[in-house]
Amino acid sequence: MALEVLEAEGLVSVQDPGRLGWGRFGVPRSGPMDAFALRAANALVRNPPQSAVLEIGMGEALLRATQDCVLAVTGAGYRVALSIWDFPLWGTLFVRAGQRLRLIKTEGGNWAYLALAGGIQVTPVLGSRATYLRGNFGGLEGRRLQAGDQLESGKSAYATEQLLGRSLPPEVRPAYSQEAVIAVIPGPQIDCFTKRSWRTFLDSSFSVSPESDRMGYRLAGPPIRQRGSADLLSEGMPPGAVQVPANGQPIVMMADCPTSGGYPKIACVASADLPVLAQCQPGSGQVRFRETTVAAAQARYRELVHGLEDGIVEAENNAYYAR
Amino acid sequence: MPALTPLGDSALLVKFGDEIDPDLNRRVQALAVLLGSAPLDGVGESLPAYASLLVHYDPLRLEYAEVAEWVGGFLDQAEAAAARPAGQIEVPVHYGGQSGPDLEAVAAYHKISSAEVVRLHTSRTYTVYMMGFTPGFPYLGTLDPRLVTPRLETPRTLVPAGTVAIAGQQTGIYPLASPGGWRLLGRTPLPLFDLSSEQPFLFAPGDEVRFVPLEGADGA
Repeated sequence: MALEVLEAEGLVSVQDPGRLGWGRFGVPRSGPMDAFALRAANALVRNPPQSAVLEIGMGEALLRATQDCVLAVTGAGYRVALSIWDFPLWGTLFVRAGQRLRLIKTEGGNWAYLALAGGIQVTPVLGSRATYLRGNFGGLEGRRLQAGDQLESGKSAYATEQLLGRSLPPEVRPAYSQEAVIAVIPGPQIDCFTKRSWRTFLDSSFSVSPESDRMGYRLAGPPIRQRGSADLLSEGMPPGAVQVPANGQPIVMMADCPTSGGYPKIACVASADLPVLAQCQPGSGQVRFRETTVAAAQARYRELVHGLEDGIVEAENNAYYAR
Repeated sequence: MPALTPLGDSALLVKFGDEIDPDLNRRVQALAVLLGSAPLDGVGESLPAYASLLVHYDPLRLEYAEVAEWVGGFLDQAEAAAARPAGQIEVPVHYGGQSGPDLEAVAAYHKISSAEVVRLHTSRTYTVYMMGFTPGFPYLGTLDPRLVTPRLETPRTLVPAGTVAIAGQQTGIYPLASPGGWRLLGRTPLPLFDLSSEQPFLFAPGDEVRFVPLEGADGA
């Protein structure tokens, strides 16, 4: 299966679940902004979970099938147009050689994931196919995709008819919202903040700043004050960590999160809610935080992932798609 | 003994202390080596920092208490174990001029000559306490107290690859062109990060580093 990029105006890159194992040398994980949607896209076309997909963000893309393709598109803030038909996200599609597929930006999210059955084949760098744009490596030549790029898939272990008609119903997807309530676990430097600051953090609404990118989402709201200037030694930092610099405006670290940071971390976003935050639109999305525990956050994350594994439905008659 | 705390629902932070100290850092590196030598299914990578180690794990397979118990079992050994023998690396540097646009300002800040800044910067053997920020960036410490200088108030949007810089008690080298708020003293021609090489990274945590001044068009 193969696709040609005809237009790519957003932030379109090849991503897999991320680059693990090189963090001690300062190499960020990269990978998807919405890890659930990437996992779901691969599951819908029965790819192994490590397979590489296309991440389309903050803009539109037009692709042409150069061979017959089975693919799935997931995420939020997009719809898919295939010749004269419109398709919803979260299902598999058959695209005949020569047909054009357009990912059209809508409200309600930022990132879409297109999985080709068999997985997108690019050369792994440091064990992963994820693109790290700042480092100019991984994915396709370390860069965002542009018109003329060709993408090929590996061989799928499944026949086309075993892949068509599969979809993931809304009740087992994350609760994407532009007025999102995001669960957080108190961070290791919570003592750098006053009790009142913690209340302000939990009781206020923050808007997602337009200066947000794959590295971090900057939030704007009432300032979160520290108890004085904590001179913190740089330490390891995972995606989801909420850093608060001296200006009091929190930054949530996202997929291209540096491996270490030196600002106090007031909290860390629960894994189940990081995709929801990723889909909040810079410039208009609103976020509130609620406190949770490690155990409760892990239970919700397991429920979400297991819900995906068990939740894919197959149409009884998919002859239409396969004809 | 170090303190274990959660950092979110998929990482555990082992905190050994609050300062830049070679003994603390040796324990961090030793624990990282020990954890790496006896992997637990579901534990991902461990990120050593100055005085802490961040252990990533998969919450689909492990609970926090299981990871804490596993890590806890290595703490005594980490106290006792020496880290791997450190590599020793010499880094040639063009100090000053366009390579090190802050050299004179740093000298003026401390009321010493530029040559004295270079002499002090090259007079010590530094430890790679941790790597982070961008791929291959070594956090080196500690500086001679006479060179301790605060970060720029407004970071530069672009620092060229290979730039040798200082901030607080630290010195470091930018492997890639990137934004940066440290004071720029010079530049090295050595590649710190080269994906075409079998060893993509010049440094590893725990290595020892010396700077050697290079004479040249841009030299001090």
